[in-house]
Amino acid sequence: MELLGIPLPALLSQLLLGLVNGSFYAMLSLGLAVIFGLLNVINFAHGALFMLGAMLAWMGGNYLGLNYWVMLILAPVVVGIVGIVIERTMLRWIYKLDHLYGLLLTFGITLVLEGVFRSIYGVSGQPFDAPEALSGATNLGFMFMPNYRAWVVVASLVVCFATWFIIEKTKIGAYLRAGTENPKLVEAFGVNVPLMITLTYGFGVALAAFAGVLAAPVIQISPLMGQSMIITVFAVVVIGGMGSIMGSIITGLMLGVIEGFTKVFYPEASATVVFVIMVIVLLLRPAGLFGKQK
Amino acid sequence: MQQQTQQRVLYSLLLLALIVAPFAGAYPVFVMKVLCFALFACAFNLLLGFTGLLSFGHAAFFGSAGYVTGYAIRNLGFTPEVGILAGVIAGAVLGLVIGLLAIRRQGIYFAMITLALAQMLYFLCLQAPFTGGEDGLQGVPRGSLFGVLPLDSDLTLYYVVLAICALGFLLIMRIVHSPFGQVLKAIKENEPRAISLGYDVDRFKLLAFVLSATLAALAGSTKTVVLGFETLTDVHWTMSGMVILMTLVGGLGTMLGPVVGAVLIIVLENKLGDIGNWLATATGVPWFQTLGESVTIVIGAIFIICVLAFRRGLVGELTARVPFFRTMSQPS
Repeated sequence: MELLGIPLPALLSQLLLGLVNGSFYAMLSLGLAVIFGLLNVINFAHGALFMLGAMLAWMGGNYLGLNYWVMLILAPVVVGIVGIVIERTMLRWIYKLDHLYGLLLTFGITLVLEGVFRSIYGVSGQPFDAPEALSGATNLGFMFMPNYRAWVVVASLVVCFATWFIIEKTKIGAYLRAGTENPKLVEAFGVNVPLMITLTYGFGVALAAFAGVLAAPVIQISPLMGQSMIITVFAVVVIGGMGSIMGSIITGLMLGVIEGFTKVFYPEASATVVFVIMVIVLLLRPAGLFGKQK
Repeated sequence: MQQQTQQRVLYSLLLLALIVAPFAGAYPVFVMKVLCFALFACAFNLLLGFTGLLSFGHAAFFGSAGYVTGYAIRNLGFTPEVGILAGVIAGAVLGLVIGLLAIRRQGIYFAMITLALAQMLYFLCLQAPFTGGEDGLQGVPRGSLFGVLPLDSDLTLYYVVLAICALGFLLIMRIVHSPFGQVLKAIKENEPRAISLGYDVDRFKLLAFVLSATLAALAGSTKTVVLGFETLTDVHWTMSGMVILMTLVGGLGTMLGPVVGAVLIIVLENKLGDIGNWLATATGVPWFQTLGESVTIVIGAIFIICVLAFRRGLVGELTARVPFFRTMSQPS
């Protein structure tokens, strides 16, 4: 079976790979959007914390003998605590300032985090195997589907939609949305807004770390793995706009798939296709696909 | 009036110091490198400090101009001034394209768009055949200025570079103090009000962006002529971060701040190993010896400290606290 001159199994496996990348984009841009909503800070350190998640997973397995499943829970918790410390000690002093200082501060945090890991582990990748239960592939009849990739897509989708549900459909989420609209008023109703901000940041970066652990067996774990990821995710955020949770998820997945297909049809452009789409969106719909024009 | 005279005296003294620097034992190539980065930071400051636009992609102009200049001189046999001109034109055109796209969104999105577009350019430079990929563009000859003045001697080149950078600096000063510069300041302080006063804000922003990109390109082209090579480092986003840091350390929106910041950061980058060794012997903590390999950590830490405690930068703090400098740097 062929489609546009490309064998169908090859096309489908690129589609799956695209979905895997798209899940990472979705989880990261979702975290960025949640954090930006409440803190008004664009978290440049998101890429570095994604890297930290993957690194922790590798370190846990290597030094402590903890398996993948333990680290899948433990790494986000640890990174969440790191995030809470960052928020309490640094970010909270700059909320009243121009947005750009938040970006610059988290940029500095990124450099420190990456620098520390670079000085310990160098820039080469560390090997990390998928857990045994998910190794191998399943024959679907028309293609071989690597189990681990399917798991990444399913797990990310579950986490993304759980986040969407919490924010859009529960009482905590209602407080969160109210805090995004008018923090002073929410505080007047007796909600501890500073605590909510701290926990939101912790949650947002834990999401990045979760993506990092999921990514560990698929892409090479290195101190630099967060860099190119975060810039692509910025482009995703510009394309989707940060106004809507569902928008972030859909945009992330969609761009991953487009990137996957580009790898099949025109591999030279696969690194730049997300940026090209960003340019097109800026020209046609400057506010972003899901953004509101101010 | 008196302030203006004082400022002029200060700038003249600075220029004089730079003119005699090679005879006072300064290593010309190092000073030239610092000068290029100082011009780069000043060009960046024109956008961030005086217009309030944070571009996270200025390395694109700096680096691509360097590539164009290097290619024009080495492969097409252009003389250095034509090569630099080609680089500057390339930077200006690129600035126009990126600027047109980026000003479609405000604030934090502006920064993200410039960063993303610069990253795209980075990938293009990585893949394009004429940039030499990972190896970079090596062995760019210095040639002869206007075909008559050979630049092989470091000293000759030094004065040419000094002239270029001084002219660039003067141009930036002229822009800032012109009516156009005042409108830019108005946009920075209060964009809605500037709009309500009838200014076509987008056009002013775009022009400021293109000017800043052009001057950054001038710095990048000159740097290629000085060092004789151009690599991917100059188009990488860390370079965009570096120029932000230089401006921030020196002082946003001050005339001399970016210059001071550039000197500090370049010296720090080059001498960090020595500083680490000195600290190790002075404090007895051997860890400091590894400081030379950890430039990114130190740079990141400076970023954090600057944003948290030191937002006015060195020159900004000086002018705010020391009365003598305060009178000197009042906007004229």
